[in-house]
This record gives sequence, C-alpha cells and structure tokens, in this order.
Amino acid sequence: MDLETLLSFHWGIMAPEFTIFITAVVLSLMDLFFSRHFNRRLFAWWALLGVAVAFIFCVTEIGSPVTTILGGTYRLDSFALAFKMLLLIGAGFVLLMSVDYDKKGEISYRGEFYYLFMTALLGAMMLTSSADMITLFVSLELLSLSSYILAGMRKNDPTSNEAAFKYVVNGGIATAVILFGISYVYGFTGTTNLYEVNEILNAGNANPLLFSDRYLIVFSFVLVFAGLAFKLATVPFHMWAPDVYEGAPTPVTAFLSVVSKTAGFAVLLRFFYVGFAQAAGLHTSSQSGPEIAFASLEPYFAVLAAMAMIIGNTAALKQKNIKRLFAYSSIAQAGYVLVPFVAFTSLTVGDIWFYLMAYLFMNLGAFAVIQVVSEKEGSADIQGFAGLYRRSPWIALAMAVFLVSLAGIPATAGFIGKFNIFLGALLSSHYWLASVMIGTTVISYFYYFGIMARMFLRPASHPEKMAFPLGAGIVVCLGIAGTLGFGIFPNAAIGFLHDYFQLGNFFPE
Amino acid sequence: MSDPYFLSILIFSPLVGMIVLAFMPKDVKAPLRTVGFLATLLPLILALIAFVRFNADMGELQFVTSVPWIEIGDPEVTNSSLYIYYALGVDGLSLLLILLTTIITALAAAASVKIQKEIKGYYLLFLLLEVGMLGVFASQNLLLFFVFFEMTLVPTYFLIAKWGYREREKAANMFLIYNGLGSAVMLIAFIVLFTQTGTMNIEKLQAIDFSRLPSTVPLAHSAFRYGLLFALIVAFAVKLPIFPLHSWMLRVHAEAPVPTVMIHSGILLKIGAYGLIRFCMGFFPEAFADFAYGLAILGLINLLYGAFIAFRQSDFKLVLAYSSVSHMGIVLLGLAALNTAGIQGAVFQVISHGMISAMLFFMVGVFYERTHTTELRNISGLAKSMPRTSGLLLAAGLASLGLPGMSGFISEFMAFLGLFERLPVLAAIGTLGIIVTAVYVLRAVMKITFGKTKEEHQSVADLRLVELLPAAVMIGVIILIGVYPAVLADSLHLAIDSVLVGIGG
Repeated sequence: MDLETLLSFHWGIMAPEFTIFITAVVLSLMDLFFSRHFNRRLFAWWALLGVAVAFIFCVTEIGSPVTTILGGTYRLDSFALAFKMLLLIGAGFVLLMSVDYDKKGEISYRGEFYYLFMTALLGAMMLTSSADMITLFVSLELLSLSSYILAGMRKNDPTSNEAAFKYVVNGGIATAVILFGISYVYGFTGTTNLYEVNEILNAGNANPLLFSDRYLIVFSFVLVFAGLAFKLATVPFHMWAPDVYEGAPTPVTAFLSVVSKTAGFAVLLRFFYVGFAQAAGLHTSSQSGPEIAFASLEPYFAVLAAMAMIIGNTAALKQKNIKRLFAYSSIAQAGYVLVPFVAFTSLTVGDIWFYLMAYLFMNLGAFAVIQVVSEKEGSADIQGFAGLYRRSPWIALAMAVFLVSLAGIPATAGFIGKFNIFLGALLSSHYWLASVMIGTTVISYFYYFGIMARMFLRPASHPEKMAFPLGAGIVVCLGIAGTLGFGIFPNAAIGFLHDYFQLGNFFPE
Repeated sequence: MSDPYFLSILIFSPLVGMIVLAFMPKDVKAPLRTVGFLATLLPLILALIAFVRFNADMGELQFVTSVPWIEIGDPEVTNSSLYIYYALGVDGLSLLLILLTTIITALAAAASVKIQKEIKGYYLLFLLLEVGMLGVFASQNLLLFFVFFEMTLVPTYFLIAKWGYREREKAANMFLIYNGLGSAVMLIAFIVLFTQTGTMNIEKLQAIDFSRLPSTVPLAHSAFRYGLLFALIVAFAVKLPIFPLHSWMLRVHAEAPVPTVMIHSGILLKIGAYGLIRFCMGFFPEAFADFAYGLAILGLINLLYGAFIAFRQSDFKLVLAYSSVSHMGIVLLGLAALNTAGIQGAVFQVISHGMISAMLFFMVGVFYERTHTTELRNISGLAKSMPRTSGLLLAAGLASLGLPGMSGFISEFMAFLGLFERLPVLAAIGTLGIIVTAVYVLRAVMKITFGKTKEEHQSVADLRLVELLPAAVMIGVIILIGVYPAVLADSLHLAIDSVLVGIGG
C-alpha cells in the first residue's frame, strides 16, 4: 500500500474515533508533564469535551452513504453510527459520574483512569465499525485490555485487585476461544473480511468441500458466540460479572455494564448476521436444500438466552451487595437483549438498539445513585439504601424510576423496550422464549421492589441528609429524562431511528 | 360529543392535584389533606359532566381520541409499519365504571383523614392510582389498557406496604407477585392478538370474526382461540379474583389501610370483571359460550366457598374479604348466563358491590379508629354508644345481603334470573349462597352492634360530620340504584347489546 492509496481513503468517516484517540493521547501527555499537584479530577471535563466533539462528528455523519476504507476492513453504515452514538452518550454519562468518584482520593493514578477510559471507548467504537475479523479482534483487545486495568484501578483495595485478576483470566480464556473460532472461519474461507466470508459461505453451499465441513463451520461460530458472551456478560461466560462488578470502581462497573455490553452486542450482530447469514446449516431437507446455519443454532442460542434470564434473575434475589445485585441484573438484561437476536425478525436490530438505549439511561442513572450512596455509606451493602427516602426524597424517587424501568413496568423506556422484544419474539413464534422472558421479569420484581421497599419503608440508620454532587446529579437528571421521556413518547427515539438511519444497510447487498 | 381532549383531561386531571401537592411543604398536615381531597373532586366533576353529556342512545363510542403513539417496524425494512394508537373512548359500561371510580376515590380520600404518617407521599400515590384506574376504563387500545393497568400496580404496592397494618409488606409482595403474573399472562395474550391481527384497537378486534381469518393465521383455529381465551380468563381471574387464585386478595383486604381497601375492593377488583366482559366475551364470543358452563361452576364455588368461609371468620375485615369473593361469584354466574338479564345483573353487581364494599370498609375504618380492633369477639354492643354508626352498618349489611330496595337486590335478582333461564340447576344451588350470605352478614353486624358493651367502648364517640357525609353519599347511591335502576340501565343497554350480538343471544 503506497502513500497515494493511503491518502485516497475517505478518512473523514473515522473523525469520531480520531477525536477520541487524540483526546487519549493529549490526556496521557498532560498526565505525564503536569505537576504532581495538578488536580487530575479536571481531566474528566477534557475527556468529556472529546466525547462531545466525537458525538458532533457522529451527528454530521448521519445520512451519509455506506463507506468503507482500508480495503473494506472498516465500515461506516447506519448500524455502526447508531451504536456509536449510544456508546458516546454512555461514555459521557460515566465520565460525569467519575468526576465525583473517590472523594477520599484512594486512586493515586487518576490521570491514568481517564486516558485508559478513552482507549477503552475507542476500542468499543471501532468494534461497531469492524467489517473484518482482524480489525474486530484488535478493537476487542483494545477494549478488553483497557478494561482489565480499569477494573484494578483501586490499587490498594484487595477486592479491586481480585476483580482485575478474575477479569484478566476470564477475558483471556474468552479471547482464546474467539480466536480459535476465527481461525476456523479463516481456514475455510481464506478471508478475514466478514462480507467476503458471507459471499464465500453462500457460494459454498454448492461447493462439496465446504458443504461436507459445514459442521465445523457451525462449530466455529459457536466458539465465537461463546467468546463474545464474555463481553456481553451472559451465559456461558457470565461468572466473572458479579466479582468484577463488586470489586471494580463504580464508574468502571457502570462502563462495563453498559458501554462494553453495547459494543459487544453490536459486534455480535454484525458477526452473525453478516458473516454467518448464508452458511449452510446442519440439517438438510430434500425439497429446500440445507437450512441456514442460524436456524440450526437458534435453539441453542435460545437456551443460552433463557439461561441468562433465569440465572441472572434468580441469583439476584439473594444478593446483599448492591453492585453484585446489579451484576446479576445485567446478566438478566443481556438475556433479554439476546431474545430478539435469537428471534431474528426484521425488527431485531431496531429492537436491540432501542433496548440498549433504554438500558443506558436507566442503568447508568441507577449506577450514579449507587455510586453516591455507597461512597457516602462506605460500603456497597444494600442496607445503605434503607430509609433513603427520608434522607433525600428526590434521589430515592429517581432511583425508584430507574428500578421500575429495569423491572419493565409501563410508562418507562424499559417497558417499551421489553414490549418491542416481546412483540418480535411472538411474531416469530418463539412462544416459550417469550414466556421465560416474561416469567423471569416477574421474578425480577422481587429484587427491584426489594430495593424500593428498603428505600421507602425502612427506617434510616442515621438521619444525615445526602447532598448530591454535580456530575452524578446531571447523570441522574438526564437518566430520568430519558427513562420517562422515551417511555411516554417512544416514537421520539423510534421515529428518529427510522427517519435518519437505514439499519438494513449493514447487511451485505 | 366530539370533544377529543375531554377524556384525556378527565384521566389526567388528578395530576393537577399531584403538582400542587408536590410543591407543598411536608409537615402541614391539614392543608395537605384538604388539597388531597379537593384534588379528587376535579375528576369527579368532570366524570359527572361526561355522564350528563353522554348520549345513551348512540351505539358507538363517545369522546373518542386517537393519536399515533408507537411505530412498530422500520418502514425501510418491512415496507409497511404498524402504529399503536393512543386511543380513548367510552361506551356506557366504561363511563359508569369511570363514574364509580371517581366517586369511590373521592370518598376514599375523605376516609384518608385517618392517615397519620407521610401524608404528602400518601396522597401523591393515591392520585397516581386514580390516573391509572381512570385510564384502564377509558382505553380503547390494548397496550394503553395494559400501561394504565400496570400503573395501578406500583402505587397500590406502596399504599399497602407503607400505610398498611402489621403484616403489610408480606401482603404487598403477595399482591405484586400475583398481579404481576396475571398481567404477564395478559400481555402475552394481547401481543399474540396483535401479531396475528395487526391491530390493538379494542373496537376493531371485537369486530373481527377470527374464525374467518385465513387458515394460515393460527388464530383462525379454534384450539388456538381457546388457549388465548383461557390465558385472558386466568389473567382477569387473578384480579377478580376467582377461586383458587384469591388468596392474595384476602391478605390485601386484611392488611391494607382502609381507604386503599375501599378502592381495592370497590374498583380494582372490578377491573377483572371489566376485562372479562370487554376482552374475553368481546373478542371470543363463541369460545366464551363454550366456557360458560365451567365459569358458572367456578362462580358457584366462589359464591358458596366465600360465603361459608365468611361465616367462620372471627375478624370483621376477613368476613368482608370473603364476602367479596362470594359476591364476585355472582358476577361470574351472571356472565355465564349469556343473556341480557344475566350480563346486566353482572354489571349491576360490579357497580353495586363497588359501592357496598367501599361503604362496609369505610365503616370498618370508623370502628377501628375507635376500638383499635376488628376482631368480632373484642367488639360488641356498640349500638349504645354509636347509634348512627351502627345504623349505617346495618344498612350497608342489608344492602350486601341483597335486601329489596337496595342495589344488591337488583343485581343478584337479575343475575339469577338470567342464570335460571339457562342453567337452572346451578342457579338453584346458587340461591343457597344468598341464604348463607344473609346469615354471615347479620351474624357479624349483630355481634358488633348488639350484646353487652365492653367497658372500654362505653364512651366512644359516634360518627363525626366528616365521616357521616361520605357514608350518607354511599348509602344514598346504593338506595338510588335499588329503587331506580334505570340510572344505570339506560346508559348500559347499548353496551350490553353489543356484547350480546357477538354471542348471538
């Protein structure tokens, strides 16, 4: 590749990523050269500025045609853009939360936190645009490696160290599994580009060599799914979540539960719906030839989704630590989002996007409250929420809205999201999966309402009022606005998505 | 009657009170109570206006609103997109239930003067609950119905869990789980209907003859319809409640604060009956007719089981709770009759029992405030110290057992009239229930009012004016319906006719 071709690429489509990258570099240089006494808490605002600029670049890209650069490895389409916007909003929320985190100053390397956060975000954003397995893998590793360090940010705290260690080990295994799967795909198709993989596998139905090995191809995709399950924090790679969520600093937990998960879903969709869509399945019927591979795997994915919902929601019942509880809750939520993935209707991508958006507002709002309460109490014990209503009624009310939305009760965005998912599942006749989803949703009422019962019904251990810091306060307000606004006027988001994005254009022509 | 905003204003009018309350300080008890009560008058007035302006001779829905609300499906991908509408409208049945809701809510707000703690939060939740209830009866779209239905869930949970009696949290959790499961089943049924017909509009769904759908649609097969109808019946059976899904409701009646129980037994249970009529009968008339015998049996079980157990209870609140189970059996019997008299009886029973049970629980509140117990063996002979209260209790009790001249008589008479025409044997067994009802009601009322007055209750005060007014209003309405049932029948007959057209009766 000479300089001329390099320059001929339409680099403009990477403007948001470049912005984040430059922000990360500038922040690391600032951290290096600024005096030790400089308050590195202020980095949050710089990082936020970078996120805002990247977001503006994303907005200007709305409506632009599908563009690929670097030989088709990097692809900007409506799908990528829609998910990038979610990632940026989520990252902005987490940064706002982090301004007030750690009042006591336990984190001695605060600057590091911000630029590692930026690189993690960069990895997440590139994941949504990866059309090539190499790009995909590199972005995934960028996200993962940054997250490992972030999880261990509280260096002197044993739980934080334990979290980071478990995260690394589990993540390493997951990475190996993904790589193993990818190597099979490459071996069969001779390409790493997902869109080319699609074409070759499609033509491969006529190719006896590929056809006879279709079991292995299907197997390779199972491996990739298993590895990605780690990023999604869903069955079978979900066991890291409770420990890591508990030990990691709260803003990092929030990042893992929302931003990292959203990126995971984006890559899952692209990998399977593009790379895998045309592969031959295991069963062949005499009339219509082989079924598509997705159809052969669908029952297994359905079982995994159901298990995520069941394990997440039942294990959450017994939790005494609010962050652990939210870890299980987020496993369950990932299970809900897998339902439309399994159902695979024309609504799937839109439904997943909407649910993740709703999840972003409600879960980050809840984490902002959790962060403030657990910092104030000095522990993340669920008991810290007792009597919150007496101490600061507005915060308790806000938390109640987030919890109600997570439980999927109407007039909130969470309900609309669940309704959409449900509709898609029933449209494609996935009756038992829909039943599991709604049954576990009712189980989840127990623990979500349990927190509410603590906040409103129990006496407070001490009457001290709780002041809410600026950053977390903004997150809570925006979270409420999003949760209620999109719950009552869902078309504000759905219509926006339909009018400005052509989500279908991430499928190969 | 083409005012498109009227119903929306009516439904959301309690929000005015909520906003005012939100800006009031927490610790001014009397003004909070006043505002909380006044806030319930606004929807009441609007509902009365609606009742006056309602044209009872017009067969179609009135005060209709329909605005696109949620878009389903990306037009780019699916070529067509469906809309779910924010659709409101009332027929005679809905309107009467809305009126009932506003009346009972206002009375319950008046009864809330006894609430002592966290008055502000109490009235906020109370008014939110009213929005939900009004919305349930005015919705013309299944999803909207569901949204309002669930909106009643959260405030009720907190009203029980925070302001209830000793075992309140247990009762609230039980309420939540039973109703959560019930509404989950309902949501599945609603969405299945939507996926197969492409509409959630209640009127349109009632007009579709599912058996004429192309046979590729599962709904065209009768087995599928039976399944769906069964799901809907289960969903509303939890709410009504129908035996054996009733245990949560007993706990709620025993543990919830009195005004909440008034609303709960007066209105929330009635949503179950409303759902049975509107959705089960309205959507699946033929399948419902096939289920009618089974429902009649269940109704009979409700009626007799509730009555016999009520006879054995020692707590007055539980007597009334089982009495509600028993009276809801009559609703089922009336519906199972599948004829005008029966259905009219069922609807009358819904409204009449709403008033009667609200009144009885109101009296419970009055007694409890003075004696601090509802155990029958701990209270007796109150007629001496509280003559007016005792008189009103007796009146409410007589209405409950179906004394002619009161609303209970009309509804039970019509329900049984209808049932005798269709299932005479079951009806004959059912009349046994009426006798037992008389026995347990009178037993409880006698126990409270007559006998030896306990020493500590010698000098309890009789009804105050603030208590007398609501009680008088309730007994007035009960007698009005009893002697002049046309107040209800006039606005109802077209709604009932339209239900019957589907059944072919």
